[in-house]
Amino acid sequence: MTQAGPAALTNEEVGRYSRHLIMPEVGMEGQLKLKAARVLCVGAGGLGSPVALYLTAAGVGTLGIVDFDTVDHSNLQRQIIHGTPDVGRSKLESAKARLNALNPEVEVVTYEMALSSQNALGLFADYDMVVDGTDNFPTRYLVNDACVLTGKPNVYGSISRFEGQATVFAAEDGPCYRCMFPEPPPPGLVPSCAEGGVLGILPGVVGTLQATEAIKLILGVGESLVGRFLLFDALKMRFRELKVRQDPDCPVCGEHPTVTAPIDYDQFCGITPAATPMSGSTDATVEELKTRLDRQDSFLLLDVREQREFEICRIPGSVLIPLGELPARMSELDGHADMIVHCKSGVRSGKAVALLRNAGYTQARNLQGGILAWIDRVDPALPKY
Amino acid sequence: MATKILIPTPLRGYTDQLDEVEAEGATVGELLANLTTRYADLRKHLYAEDGTRRNFVNIYLNDDDIRYLEKDQTPVTADDTVSIIPSVAGGGWS
Repeated sequence: MTQAGPAALTNEEVGRYSRHLIMPEVGMEGQLKLKAARVLCVGAGGLGSPVALYLTAAGVGTLGIVDFDTVDHSNLQRQIIHGTPDVGRSKLESAKARLNALNPEVEVVTYEMALSSQNALGLFADYDMVVDGTDNFPTRYLVNDACVLTGKPNVYGSISRFEGQATVFAAEDGPCYRCMFPEPPPPGLVPSCAEGGVLGILPGVVGTLQATEAIKLILGVGESLVGRFLLFDALKMRFRELKVRQDPDCPVCGEHPTVTAPIDYDQFCGITPAATPMSGSTDATVEELKTRLDRQDSFLLLDVREQREFEICRIPGSVLIPLGELPARMSELDGHADMIVHCKSGVRSGKAVALLRNAGYTQARNLQGGILAWIDRVDPALPKY
Repeated sequence: MATKILIPTPLRGYTDQLDEVEAEGATVGELLANLTTRYADLRKHLYAEDGTRRNFVNIYLNDDDIRYLEKDQTPVTADDTVSIIPSVAGGGWS
């Protein structure tokens, strides 16, 4: 047993962590390892919530959190670190208050910024490991590369709808994210908002798995997920496991790496301003739409969202044809030349406009910002989702 | 001889919402060719226009990545399960 010294636990801490201290796998030695540990959590959202809460409860000495978002009503269904009074507040401020209340012994360090190719290496260098709770491909590749380059394990979790994935990438002698997924999907093939959504509990399950892996790495106990890719299906309540191998040709962790510093990840993921169909020069604005509706102009307002979304809110007079059904239902548009097309935020309707123009409806125009812009600027009485 | 293929959620829209599909074939390549003939819309998600398989979709035979087996030539039997594993970025769509 370690002698009481500067790193020893206070009597209060002994009480707090007593259920750890009486377990041989943790004990005093393990609890002191937790107290000395420094974990960086990227994202204070769905995955970051349980990660930060459990690591704080467990007594990880220093917890860094990176985020730049504010708490929105639509976060509360799953981001359990935040509460209703926190809506509108910075996520970091909200998270820090909750974590300090849970365990004042833990030093919570907040970084109110977007993780970038410029700041990632410096930030990661100060920590023992990184927990990836991000929600987009550019940041995931950045987290991975910066972990490999700084030699920090990347405790990975990802979720969509009812399914989750978890593993540990970039551990010593283990594979990295790029070994498994050398390239991101092009933006057009990523499921759109219509196929998105997530069961609120799912990030709870996957984030808790990530927190468990982080604790095991700190303690040096058990079998970690290094080299194993865990898949969780909440509907079937089933876990599966796949092997992940280190790719000797991996551009970042392979034998002859070509990526030796963070790159431009937006470009790597094919995200260029031109590829975003949200702001074309022929777009209609919601103000213009309002004027034309008030004037009772003759034109078709086409909504390409899903039925479920249409049921939440709609712009009066709109006709619903979900994007997926549009190619087969185009004949229903016969006789309409003048068309304004909208979805939730403008991405799906951008695709619909491209389809329509290819089919000869050359006057079809996209509604900039979708129904969200309509609610913000024209009809705030409608519910936002 | 039919082998079971597990379809991930993001691609079920192209397989009539089925999470499991059986297809014929002696190798993984044949199996996937038959699968994407039956579900034509699935094809562009698995293959690029030049016919090569997309790098961000991993194909597993049981628990092993076919990149480390014999790739498309990897033999399959009726007892095997083939899984399509896409990369997923989501963290809660915050």
